[in-house]
Amino acid sequence: MYPPRFRYEAPRSLREAITLLQEGGGEAKILAGGQSLIPMLKLRFASPGMLVDINNLPGLDHLTRDGDGTIRIGALCRHEHIERSELITEHQPTIAAAAPLVADPIVRTRGTFVGSVCHADPQGDWAACMIALDGAIVAEGPGGRRSIAARDFVTGPFQNVLASDEIAVEAVIPPPQGEARGGYLKLERRIGDFATAAVAVAVDLRGDQVTRAGIALVGVGGTTIDARDAADALVGSPLSSDAIERAAELAAEAAQPRSDHRGSASYKRHIVRTFTSRILTQIDRSTQKAA
Amino acid sequence: MTSLFNEVAPPASDDVPTRRVTITVNGEPRTADIEPRLLLAHLLRQGLKLTGTHTGCDTTNCGACTVLFDGRPVKSCTMLAVQADGHEVTTVEGLASPSGLHPVQEGFKDEHGLQCGFCTPGMMMAAKALLDENPSPTEDDVRWALAGNLCRCTGYQNIVKAVLWAAERLGGPDTEPETEEAS
Ligand SMILES: Cc1cc2nc3c(=O)[nH]c(=O)nc-3n(C[C@H](O)[C@H](O)[C@H](O)COP(=O)(O)OP(=O)(O)OC[C@H]3O[C@@H](n4cnc5c(N)ncnc54)[C@H](O)[C@@H]3O)c2cc1C
Ligand code: FES
Ligand code: FES
Repeated sequence: MYPPRFRYEAPRSLREAITLLQEGGGEAKILAGGQSLIPMLKLRFASPGMLVDINNLPGLDHLTRDGDGTIRIGALCRHEHIERSELITEHQPTIAAAAPLVADPIVRTRGTFVGSVCHADPQGDWAACMIALDGAIVAEGPGGRRSIAARDFVTGPFQNVLASDEIAVEAVIPPPQGEARGGYLKLERRIGDFATAAVAVAVDLRGDQVTRAGIALVGVGGTTIDARDAADALVGSPLSSDAIERAAELAAEAAQPRSDHRGSASYKRHIVRTFTSRILTQIDRSTQKAA
Repeated sequence: MTSLFNEVAPPASDDVPTRRVTITVNGEPRTADIEPRLLLAHLLRQGLKLTGTHTGCDTTNCGACTVLFDGRPVKSCTMLAVQADGHEVTTVEGLASPSGLHPVQEGFKDEHGLQCGFCTPGMMMAAKALLDENPSPTEDDVRWALAGNLCRCTGYQNIVKAVLWAAERLGGPDTEPETEEAS
């Protein structure tokens, strides 16, 4: 299969890349890891007039943690770097748990975290982590930089709020309010398959009190689902089996699954309930053990 | 200088722009004029006649097209050949040396790591990438590293054994045996 013809540009600076995007109008597309875009080109689901390859842009492959605990993931940070990062293992349990479950190990050498969030696949793993973590995408365009909350970033399946001349330069995860706890569970039929259903949980704890919580659901709706009510139910009190059960129930209610080849709607809802409860119970147990 | 894309698709008209790229393939710099939409897998197979790299699914699932790009495994059906300009690509043809087969190849031979052989080049390149980084992998490490490569014949059992065989061979005499059987 051959992609359709396009003009190819591989700029060496962010400025140049933005100018090319402006020139391309709506016809230009950014090429990052290519692990979603190239298959789409081959299947002719996309036929952009121009590809702006950002792989040669300097200073975008970072994965860093600021003094205040803010984590920054640059647009060229590959899935594999996240999976192998000690910084992530040590400080960001939700992302650490999801990293080995994204795609397969060879796709992970090329695909990027930020590209995956931009791609806005309702089955994508990283957008869910970003929503659960109250993360934001920083985008740069001709008018400068702006920050967009992950929750507002995705507008629909495969759609985001970026203007055609904006580049997402990094993903930002705010510092935890206390200690960052969390997890990610994904049911997939085999490695490399997208989620039948997956749940991202991020909980900040101060002592045994939940100070902030986020729960996001994958594969059970037209877009990633922000299970706000479920998360809010946890905030302000310690994790308890009652609180966990209630949050799991609310998460299952927030899911909008459809029956398909991966499973029936009621099965997927059941998975959401079970995964939410399992991650929270795990956090609760390890907190008790530490106390 | 030939336009490599012309060999794999209807001739491009004069107004179709091509790009000159130089890619180090198996240690040798190769220069070609290509259309940007040419995939790396097609450049290797049709352009450079390195047909050891197979294309199976063409949709990034099977890993038969796996090659090393600057030492890391990539699915060459999912990368544009122009993106390899100035980089190093190693294909299965680059595994053996004048002194003989690579231990990974020996391993596949010795442990019957293949049946039809279609997945084998991709499996071997993924295995080499693993061993380059982790010379003494566990069985689990091997299974994880090969999770992006599908085999329709073997049931994977002997592929895993082949890679462990190669690891032991590459470890050489002076490394500590990791497993009981290895002693
Ligand atoms: C076999 C296979 C299995 C997979 N399984 C999973 C899975 O289980 N879970 C999962 O989450 N993903 C999965 N993926 C998708 C994979 O994670 C991709 O890497 C990811 O979706 C896109 O990242 P990319 O860097 O490859 O982006 P690209 O493919 O280069 O781009 C994707 C889209 O995002 C846009 N884009 C990319 N970067 C930017 C940027 N910096 N600014 C603005 N727009 C940008 C592009 O224009 C394009 O529209 C799978 C892919 C394959 C091939
Ligand atoms: S041919 Fe490239 S992954 Fe199957
Ligand atoms: S040996 Fe036939 S596909 Fe693996």
